[in-house]
Amino acid sequence: MPFIPHTEEEVKQMLDTIGAGSIDELFDEIPSSLRHDKLAGVPVQTTEMEVSRIISERAARDGQPLCFLGAGAYEHHIPAAVWELTTRGEFYTAYTPYQAEASQGTLQLLYEYQTMMANLNGLDVSNASLYDGASALAEAILMAVRLNRKSKSRRVYMPRTVHPNYRKTVETIVHNQGITLELLDYDRTTGCISPDTLPAAPGDFAALVIPQPNFFGALEDVDALTDWAHVHKGLAIAVVNPVSLAILKPPGEWGGEGADIACGEGQPLGIPLSSGGPYYGLLCCKQAYVRQMPGRIIGRTVDLEGKPGFTLTLQAREQHIRRSRATSNICTNQGLMITASTIHMSLLGAEGLERVALNCHANTRKLIERLSSLDGVEVVFENPFFHEVVIRLAAPLGEVMRALHVQNLLPGYELADDYPELENCLLVCATETRTDEDIETYVGHLQRILGKHEPVKCPIKPKWQVKN
Amino acid sequence: MSENIPDDLRYTKSHEWVKIEDDGTLRVGITDHAQGLLGDMVYVEAPEEGREVNAEEACAVVESVKAASDIYSPVAGEVVEGNETLGDAPEVVNTDPYGEGWIMRIRPADPDDVQQLMYADDYIAHVESAN
Repeated sequence: MPFIPHTEEEVKQMLDTIGAGSIDELFDEIPSSLRHDKLAGVPVQTTEMEVSRIISERAARDGQPLCFLGAGAYEHHIPAAVWELTTRGEFYTAYTPYQAEASQGTLQLLYEYQTMMANLNGLDVSNASLYDGASALAEAILMAVRLNRKSKSRRVYMPRTVHPNYRKTVETIVHNQGITLELLDYDRTTGCISPDTLPAAPGDFAALVIPQPNFFGALEDVDALTDWAHVHKGLAIAVVNPVSLAILKPPGEWGGEGADIACGEGQPLGIPLSSGGPYYGLLCCKQAYVRQMPGRIIGRTVDLEGKPGFTLTLQAREQHIRRSRATSNICTNQGLMITASTIHMSLLGAEGLERVALNCHANTRKLIERLSSLDGVEVVFENPFFHEVVIRLAAPLGEVMRALHVQNLLPGYELADDYPELENCLLVCATETRTDEDIETYVGHLQRILGKHEPVKCPIKPKWQVKN
Repeated sequence: MSENIPDDLRYTKSHEWVKIEDDGTLRVGITDHAQGLLGDMVYVEAPEEGREVNAEEACAVVESVKAASDIYSPVAGEVVEGNETLGDAPEVVNTDPYGEGWIMRIRPADPDDVQQLMYADDYIAHVESAN
């Protein structure tokens, strides 16, 4: 669909019709104190040639490091066909078209996406995606609070094993809505929430958040946690990695009744790391809660002649219809990202996705066996894991990381900033893309670095900024 | 006019009907005119029992194939009952708007407030003026 801008004459005609003198006049209600005439540090205009130059230089600065870093975004193999197809003109838009039914191909794709996502999660329905995993969790929490009409409690139990960035995003979004997040601490031996330590009489609350795998890569006792939430009349919100669902029990089957809402980051399914985005958030729930789910659902139906077709359903509560009373102010979706994800999942199939998940786990197991065989490296938590594990080094982490960065290697995620009790601890990850040789490279460098009792200050400028 | 606007009910500008029950509570629903405009109902969200509402406060939602619309409380008071049966059978609002399709019962804070509501004649005029 070509983009046709309005002519000056058309603009004038429209302004005359509504009795406005200029387009600026339409924005009069925004006080001048809230307006920015120009953005600091952003030039008024730059040519395509200059922009290309700047962007290529910045991309080159990233280098192509050997990556053992996960912590919420993961390097996976993406078949070449995925983005070849995704960037075809027919698909290449970030949004669901406003005249949605005119784009049957896009609607069918969203329908397939929803079907795959609902199946992966073992839940009845999926929306057509949200911005990212963190905002999807915030929306899941808002949804749970809306659903809690009986007690009206706005308390939500939030384990410390949930991704720290997700917790910050949730806090930002729910802070001014009177919702309180009650942190649950984790067991220092297992790195998981121990169901035995949950309050016996929690009182009224809206929901318990259950990450699986959790931020430390460890597998929580999801059955016991889900049942605890339900016994105490709260909802269970699952935060999942969709790749792990190929081999782990889906949220819809957790405990006696299954988790009520599942959300998570969709990036591992065919979206490149690309310096942190764009990604997308997945959100699924039980049929009974579908009216409180933000976003839209694509339905399959038949037209007047009985021919199959696809249509937008459940959009009556979105912003373009309900304005300020919409279910959520985030009703958009990441159409292009889930186009890639849907094609990615179609190419892999259920078996392919399972093999990816199994290889991630096997490679991480190899990595951990090799790393923990070194003097000065210990595994922190004793617990089953998916594809990430916390290790502690018997050396100042900052210096070790700096030395590994110089070797063009990303050794993992430093945990002490978010978890002061985990000083010198590193969250490491090996996906299916890491070979035995990669693992030996990491082990070799780390062994040499740890072997030096007094690491020398490296004179070479590191390629990455390291926090001291 | 083919629409059914019974004489024995009171009405609001926002197209709710109100029936004054013997026990002083008010039964509230949407008029035949309103259901006709909204089209086929797919979901009704009745208010929870015990909720305190102000006059003209949005306290229920009816969702049709066309739109989700708020239902407003005709007077200030307390919700004594929401029609939960509509959860599984929202189409009753279309087929029997003044009977089984009622949406909520409210105990008014001040029984005299009911006198502010329109009679059928006024409501007919209100509907016709909008056409």
